[in-house]
Amino acid sequence: MLELKNISYSVSDNGRTKDILKNINLTIDERFVVITGPNGSGKSTLAKIIAGIITPTSGQILLDGQDITEMNITERAKAGISFAFQQPVRFKGITVKDLINLAAGRKINFTEACNYLSEVGLCARDYINREVNASLSGGELKRIEIAMILARSTKLSLFDEPEAGIDLWSFNSLIRVFEAMHENIKGNILIISHQERILDIADKIVLLKDGEIAQTGTKDEIMPQILGVATVCPQIKE
Amino acid sequence: MAMKLDKIQLNLLEQVADLHEVPSGAYNIRTNGKAAARNTTANIDIVSKEDKDGIDIIIKPGTKKESIHIPVLLSESGIEEMVYNDFHIGEDCDVVIVAGCGIHNGGDAASKHDGIHSFFIGKNAKVKYVEKHYGYGDGRGEKIMNPVTVIEMGENSYFEMETAQIRGVDSTNRKTIAKLADGATLIIGEKLLTHGSQTAITEFEVDLYGENSSAHVVSRSVAQDDSYQEFISRVYGNNACSGHTECDAIVMNNAKVTAVPEIKANHVEASLIHEAAIGKIAGEQLIKLMTLGLTEKEAEEQIISGFLK
Repeated sequence: MLELKNISYSVSDNGRTKDILKNINLTIDERFVVITGPNGSGKSTLAKIIAGIITPTSGQILLDGQDITEMNITERAKAGISFAFQQPVRFKGITVKDLINLAAGRKINFTEACNYLSEVGLCARDYINREVNASLSGGELKRIEIAMILARSTKLSLFDEPEAGIDLWSFNSLIRVFEAMHENIKGNILIISHQERILDIADKIVLLKDGEIAQTGTKDEIMPQILGVATVCPQIKE
Repeated sequence: MAMKLDKIQLNLLEQVADLHEVPSGAYNIRTNGKAAARNTTANIDIVSKEDKDGIDIIIKPGTKKESIHIPVLLSESGIEEMVYNDFHIGEDCDVVIVAGCGIHNGGDAASKHDGIHSFFIGKNAKVKYVEKHYGYGDGRGEKIMNPVTVIEMGENSYFEMETAQIRGVDSTNRKTIAKLADGATLIIGEKLLTHGSQTAITEFEVDLYGENSSAHVVSRSVAQDDSYQEFISRVYGNNACSGHTECDAIVMNNAKVTAVPEIKANHVEASLIHEAAIGKIAGEQLIKLMTLGLTEKEAEEQIISGFLK
């Protein structure tokens, strides 16, 4: 269970203080929690604060009751937080196998690697020794990013817009991955998304607007309102 | 020639030639300025030069799937040497040549190995040449290596050179010169890591004389601490040919790197490309690996070892 208590984050912009996140109070204890909201509402910033990449200006973060606010990225990863980037990173010379080994924290065998990669629709034989460099497409990288989260199997898995760039692979497959992931790991899955079909599997939806939680509720409570307000985000209507 | 290597020499041998013992096949092992062991085969002859230090390696035409190891090991402080090794590779050969120099300097005097390796490659021959340079030892004496490689490539021959110098060598100035005849293919991959106050200058000069000849010269390097690297690559297209030179460097701490790629087309059908990139490790790469549970230092090591793999 992840608890965010009074999380605020502000930056200085030309001498003026700009509030990116204001007093976020949120508990994540459900199977799937989806954070949605318009571009610039602070969703990705919130994800980075949870992963330890950004330090909040004030507030407290608890993971299973333990205060992790002062922990750095590495310590939070070890404490049980995984983070799939919106824009996966490329590495020269580092292979898919290297990354999955690092994610798993041990040398995994071919069958295990095959399991993780086939979950995301990639054939291990074709990919395991490929370098995670510019020769891979954005969609391939995105799937490898998700495979790494599977290999980590932590109590909290965080995905920043997992649907972006996976157009060749269906949403159904992506949703199946999330469901299988919950079956196997039994952890909490937090997804940042604009996609209606991802919102549709949420046990809880958090609507972020101008750095504040505008609303929290079940999909039945939130979906009609989001879909009714065209100004929230045109992508949601697609 | 019987040979016994001590522990330091065995370590050097492992580092420069991936060998744990005296190899099978043809070899010539040189330790502390003297020839220490040699083995020839039915197809590969090794003859000492009479007018200067060095050997002639003569490989009969048609020799296939044979290897030659010629490591040089310096384990005494203060040795300076200049060695000439000539490789005569017959037509239609397919061989692997592993050279390399390991210096252990536990004393205060400089140890220096300069070598000129010349390759004369016959028509249709295929050669893979692996060269590693390695130094260690905590004496104050410098470990210096200045290798020169000259490659003359016959028609439709193929030469692939893997050269690596990872840590330990205080000063290096290496030069590789190649001349290619019709249909010849040259592939050079260089891996370099300098640290401390080391300097490394590498220079490639490739002349594509032959029609449909091609060359790829690719260098990947990491410069740490206060070290300095200079990469100079000249690829000249003198016929209908293709050439590509690439330098990719990671710069860290107070290190400095210069990359000077030069391509010149002396023929209208020459197609030449150069690429050079120098930069620090991307912050997002470190962050990604840290989200997998690595510390910043472990992440940095992982990125460097992958880059130089």
